[in-house]
Amino acid sequence: MQLFLLTAHEIHELLIKKEISAEELNKAIYARIEAVDDRIQAYITRTAGKALDQARAVDKQISNGEKVTPLAGIPIAIKDNICTDGIKTTAGSKILSNYTPPYSATVVKKLEAAGATIAGKVNLDEFAMGSSNENSAFFATRNPWDTSRVPGGSSGGSAAAVAAGAAVCSLGSDTGGSIRQPASFCGVVGMKPTYGAVSRYGLIAYASSLDQIGPFARDVTDCALMLNAICGHDPLDSTSAKQRAMDYTSFLKDDVRGLKLGVPEEYMVEGIDPDVRDLVIKAMEKLESLGAVVEYTTLPHTDYALPTYYLIAQAEASSNLARYDGVRYGVRTEGTGDVMDMFMKTRSEGFGAEVKRRILLGTYALAAANYDHYYLKALKVRTLIKEDFVQAFKRYDLLLSPVSPTTAFPIGEKMDDPLQMYLSDICTISVNLAGMPGLSIPCGFVGGLPVGLQLIGRPFDEGTLLRTAYTFEQNTDYHKQYPDL
Amino acid sequence: MPRYETVIGLEVHVELKTRTKIFCDSTTEFGGEPNTHVCPICLGLPGTLPVINKKVVEYAIRAALALNCNIAEFTKFDRKNYFYPDMPKNYQISQHDLPIATHGYLEIDTQKGPKKIGISRLHMEEDSGKLVHQGTITTTPFSLVDYNRAGVPLIEIVSAPDLSSPEEACQYVEKLRTIILYTGVSDCKMEEGSLRCDANISVRPVGTGRLGTNTEIKNLNSLKALRRSLHFETERQIEVLRAGGRIVQETRTWDEGKGETLPLRSKEQAHDYRCLPEPDLVPLLIDRQWVEDIRGSLPELPEQRRQRYIKDYSLPEYDAAILTNTKELADYFERCVRAYSHPKAVGNWILGEFNRLLNLHGIEIAACKVTPQNLVSLLRLIDQGTISGKIAKVVFAEMFTSGQAAEAIVKKKGLVQISDRHAMVPVVEKVLAGNPGAVADYKAGKGRALGFLVGQVMKATQGQANPELVNKLLKERL
Ligand SMILES: [Zn+2]
Repeated sequence: MQLFLLTAHEIHELLIKKEISAEELNKAIYARIEAVDDRIQAYITRTAGKALDQARAVDKQISNGEKVTPLAGIPIAIKDNICTDGIKTTAGSKILSNYTPPYSATVVKKLEAAGATIAGKVNLDEFAMGSSNENSAFFATRNPWDTSRVPGGSSGGSAAAVAAGAAVCSLGSDTGGSIRQPASFCGVVGMKPTYGAVSRYGLIAYASSLDQIGPFARDVTDCALMLNAICGHDPLDSTSAKQRAMDYTSFLKDDVRGLKLGVPEEYMVEGIDPDVRDLVIKAMEKLESLGAVVEYTTLPHTDYALPTYYLIAQAEASSNLARYDGVRYGVRTEGTGDVMDMFMKTRSEGFGAEVKRRILLGTYALAAANYDHYYLKALKVRTLIKEDFVQAFKRYDLLLSPVSPTTAFPIGEKMDDPLQMYLSDICTISVNLAGMPGLSIPCGFVGGLPVGLQLIGRPFDEGTLLRTAYTFEQNTDYHKQYPDL
Repeated sequence: MPRYETVIGLEVHVELKTRTKIFCDSTTEFGGEPNTHVCPICLGLPGTLPVINKKVVEYAIRAALALNCNIAEFTKFDRKNYFYPDMPKNYQISQHDLPIATHGYLEIDTQKGPKKIGISRLHMEEDSGKLVHQGTITTTPFSLVDYNRAGVPLIEIVSAPDLSSPEEACQYVEKLRTIILYTGVSDCKMEEGSLRCDANISVRPVGTGRLGTNTEIKNLNSLKALRRSLHFETERQIEVLRAGGRIVQETRTWDEGKGETLPLRSKEQAHDYRCLPEPDLVPLLIDRQWVEDIRGSLPELPEQRRQRYIKDYSLPEYDAAILTNTKELADYFERCVRAYSHPKAVGNWILGEFNRLLNLHGIEIAACKVTPQNLVSLLRLIDQGTISGKIAKVVFAEMFTSGQAAEAIVKKKGLVQISDRHAMVPVVEKVLAGNPGAVADYKAGKGRALGFLVGQVMKATQGQANPELVNKLLKERL
């Protein structure tokens, strides 16, 4: 039995039957990290010591006959833009390469309260800006299915770690597709919950009105267990919704009969790789055969989503990233002149090219002379895009689409062409603009590389997403395939 | 040559005295070792988020209602972006286009009668930290930052350009300060920076409708600085215009030492704040019932109180104005009046001896040892003829320093008035015998000589003689 290939709910059974210990499990995951991570390069910081202490505590609880949660003892990797008390948190940037937060993000506290162990901090595009992990200031994480290819981004480390067995589950963050696209590229389940479903307190902000933390898992059940642990109102985050706690596993039913699923035409045409499209069509047919009603529909403002997203996200980013000035924390480059000189040198040397590009774009969009033409207009279009979804959800319970137009691309292929890179987010960004929940589930392979199917739901209707994904999973076996490492 | 008139608008920042900061639980206490009143949120550490302190909103509404403002039903926060090391996030959370309150006013007294000064808006924002230099900002080898004040709640109150002289500007600030003090939302201490002021000023030929180009003066941390800088700037602008020049729209700073305003930055160098709606805070919907509850909890404001004193207590306008100037003084006055029904006499004492000693010793009324009950007892001793008004001043001075009751002091020092005819006659006769010149003057028709003789008797009795009795005895013998 290879422990590192099991899901959390399978491991939980073994733990409570005392067939394995949490300590053994964590050691097994560490052995796996040691074995594969020099090839995958998912981890920026490994926290074996702390994880083993946490695991032993769980073992003690189990041997005392105490009830433990389904995530107790489960090693979880945390994207390195989510703050962990006493553990270095870099956001993939040189400017925070020496930064250790004095507090933990709410999601981390919740996972720890559930007994999960922290396997370590995983790689990302700098400040979550990117779709390939190549924008990390440290190294590019590899796709476990083909190490010459990218794992996707920005939560590439989170997806690759789970796909490679180097963590059982992980946390990522999704601003324009940063959970769903790497989940698709790496063949795991990834979910961006509804905006406000999960606290952002402790998530290093990229674009505050779009950012949302969510889980990666090897199957839908684990995804539901992760949601159980991390969702809920947080008084420290004013934008977190005051929703009642619910058990997301209650939605795991093998039944989609009567569900009405819409497929936005706009996501199925231009730029979509025909092989990817064929797999999405096959998935539609599969769900139809299981009793769902599947129809084509339309989201008419889709063409405007990309420019709208880039204006809003970058405007917020330019403000959010202003605090990295070398005064209070992080890396400082001493200037020769006054404090402004120190600011400029620190930021010029501390930020990578893509981050600078986005800060410049956002600063430009917010300048008094441009505000009405760019930022304000983008806010208005955002409302129209949201309205598209509202209309669609009057007729459909869920929307289906590809996650990404292509499978994982070779490292280096799009680095010189930012626009090409941005286009790979075309199917995912509208979901963030509208604040809806989205999920990526494996739906097949093209040339040995995984392809994800995107499910988009009504706000706070994660349940229907999980139910549909679970049904699809129960009737396919893509999630049971593992990369050969 | 045209005559010019001045147009002034003020932006006043008032620190709210909530227990905790505007977006976190850190204390707002003044002082403390540098960077001890801080937490991850007010330090702007990566990943932290602001959460609005409801008390701040309540206090802002409270102040706004006292200033006759409309309270918005929908209000939101915005970020003002600019780089400065005393700001932990390099943006300030403030309110840009939808402030919590607008369209208010207050009234000041001018020679032409009361004048309404418009208040265009009142909004909430966070304070920044403080840079500590070695020497001056230009020569210091390095600067240190103290973030204890970062995140302390402020309200900014922006007046309409309705003020037409430095004196009116000062009156406006004093009136504003009085009203805010009444509401209890701030200490309004200019010297500690809990009330700060920036001024916009322009001049124009008398009779022109259009506003002239304005300058903004910063760094006005006393009423004196406000008055002097506005006078200086008025003269400077008129001089420029008379010489055929043009006013440059710019920000200037007041140099107290030099007594002049100096350019700080031009319009071109002005910050482009690149405002954007604060995405980490949800807009606030202000419940109407809440607003009414706050309105209901407002104390009687100085204007209403003043009118009541004139009407109910028949106090002169001037006395009523001064007595209501601070809530503490007015409350003190009313506590006295409740125990003693001669408001005019109480007012005279408070505005006279009481105020004189407060000023002399630099004591706040709250720290004064004389309780209203004690003051009233003193007044009763005068009424009963136990002590004279003159002795009462001596007794009061003692009460002021020791905090003892009037009766105790009178008894201890034997200051009881001498109204005993038999005891007084020998003294009077001795004075008459010793001052034949004055006696002769009086008899020659010089009435003033009587006053001199009374004074001599009072002197001989250390002021304890009953003045009426002395008069009577003297006249009987002259
Ligand atoms: Zn704080």
